Amino acid sequence: MQLLLQQVMAGLANGAIYAGMALAVVMIFLAIDHLNFAQGEMATFSAYVAWQLIAWGTPYWVAFVATVILSFIGGVVIERILFKPLHNASILANLVAFIALFSILNSLDGYLWDYTIKTFPTPFGTKPMFGSVLIDAHEAGMIAVTGLLLGFLYLFFRGTRLGLAMRAAAHNPESARLVGIRVGWMTALGWGIAAAIGAVAGMLIAPVVFLDPNMMFGVLLYGFAGAVLGGLTSPGGAVLGGFAVGIIENLAGTYIPYVGRDLKLTIALVVIVAVLMVRPAGLFGRSAVSRV
Amino acid sequence: MTTPQNDTVPFPAAAVASAAPRRARPAARHWVLAGVVAVAVVLPFYFHGFVVFQLTQVMIYGLAILGLNLLTGFSGQFSVGHGAFYGLGAYVTAILMQRYGIAYYWTLPAAGGVCFVVGFLFGLPALRLQGLYLALVTFAAAVALPQLLKFHGFEGWTGGVQGIVVDQPDAPAFLPIGADRWLYYFTLAVVLVMFAGAASLVKSRTGRAIMAIRDNPIAAAAMGINAPLYKTLTFGFSALYTGIAGALGALAVQFVAPDSFSLFLSISFLVGLILGGMGSLPGCLFGGLFVLYVPNIAESVSRGLAGAVYGVIMLLVVFAMPSGAAGFTRFAVAYLSRLRNR
Repeated sequence: MQLLLQQVMAGLANGAIYAGMALAVVMIFLAIDHLNFAQGEMATFSAYVAWQLIAWGTPYWVAFVATVILSFIGGVVIERILFKPLHNASILANLVAFIALFSILNSLDGYLWDYTIKTFPTPFGTKPMFGSVLIDAHEAGMIAVTGLLLGFLYLFFRGTRLGLAMRAAAHNPESARLVGIRVGWMTALGWGIAAAIGAVAGMLIAPVVFLDPNMMFGVLLYGFAGAVLGGLTSPGGAVLGGFAVGIIENLAGTYIPYVGRDLKLTIALVVIVAVLMVRPAGLFGRSAVSRV
Repeated sequence: MTTPQNDTVPFPAAAVASAAPRRARPAARHWVLAGVVAVAVVLPFYFHGFVVFQLTQVMIYGLAILGLNLLTGFSGQFSVGHGAFYGLGAYVTAILMQRYGIAYYWTLPAAGGVCFVVGFLFGLPALRLQGLYLALVTFAAAVALPQLLKFHGFEGWTGGVQGIVVDQPDAPAFLPIGADRWLYYFTLAVVLVMFAGAASLVKSRTGRAIMAIRDNPIAAAAMGINAPLYKTLTFGFSALYTGIAGALGALAVQFVAPDSFSLFLSISFLVGLILGGMGSLPGCLFGGLFVLYVPNIAESVSRGLAGAVYGVIMLLVVFAMPSGAAGFTRFAVAYLSRLRNR
């Protein structure tokens, strides 16, 4: 029982990382109807910006806020320059653009800040929490920030006119345009918000996995898996999916003999595929209904 | 476009048009085809070892992309995991040749067969999933394969992390050419047969059924097309094509290792397919050229920023030709013929 609890705790700590990433993935999916493959690299780039600001002597929280704002602007600029012209192109042309963006940002990280692994400060400290060595203050802080972010987004999308306009623009662009919503700018705003969430996720993940140009790749895989598991149309589902992936991965590694340790990622993916067999749109996703 | 999952047909009209071969001037098409084959036959005599190897690789990647095209371009099912089938085919060949001493040409049908069965089985869960959810399942395959290949339980077969060294096949004694050129011609022959097979498949009743399911699944079902059967069969054939490409790849590179078949390979195939042109058979070879040569070009422009240059080239191509090289060619041909008729 003790072992189970500890493993679940450790899973939650990993899951918080995945949940943050999954949340960013779902946000941009809701805003633009595409899965952003470059999301992880955008987050890494933001983390590097924050690292640079801190290295120049900026206090942590000032750098944090500045990075979030810069990332928001960066997200909007990327949408305006790269993806607005591809607005009418096929999904697959967009996919190539995402892969290109991934490649460009990844290479730029390495060029500007070289490939050596860097440490990243944490504002929460690293003392053990809740009487367990498997979860420390930083990881607990990460879980708290993810929860806070989710609550904030919920209020934004349910409670403000701008949030409503964004949902309308994503859900039914034609009708939204007819009632006077500027759909193009709503998409850009969606990119900005997703980039800002990615920046927060990146800055919280960097102290755990250390900062290097490829730090987000593995995390992004789990983030996608979490987002799909929870359902791509549900931010809350994505967070839950992210935590679930972290826990499944840890429990598989501990309890499945012989194959568990080496193949825990594979096992987590098999579990997700099995869930999708039963619920093809994810646990909390809207299932597709189309008029014939 | 209400909810994203509704898009069973995520392709522009151009891709659909390309699926039905243009019958306007068959003679011209045949001459072009004959010319390309003739050039392909004489090409190795003007180049040396490494270039011949690269050209072999272009054909192999083109074949792998053709496999992906059958699935994505003609049947409308996404896959971001075809690197896994490529890797599986490569490993079947390597294991049969090096562990069991089977001749290299017999390993190709074996690799194709294994991949067909695995692809068919993969097609079964794919029936319930669409779009991005299907993409995740194939993506899982791409991520899982290197791990399975490294798994210590299979080490006796796969050689674990170290992989397997594959002997290069020699030319038959009666041919006065070296091993590189022999492999080039062997690959050319296999690729020609496979492309001819794909072309006739696409034109056949089965091909039309597959495209009908892509364009309108409900109407297709109403016309009596067995959608689940055709979709899973397409998955199987797609895996077969990519698996045979992988088998040829193992012969060409003479080495297989788990990390050669990472997610990056799958993504390269997808990029090659999209830039070559969805639903176009010649477009696959353009994709093969792009996947092999553009990263090298990017490297020669700037070593430090090779990835960025690669990305910028990708963006330029996709901005210039949003429906791929095939769509661009179609557009250019239509434009030129309009000019002439004026």
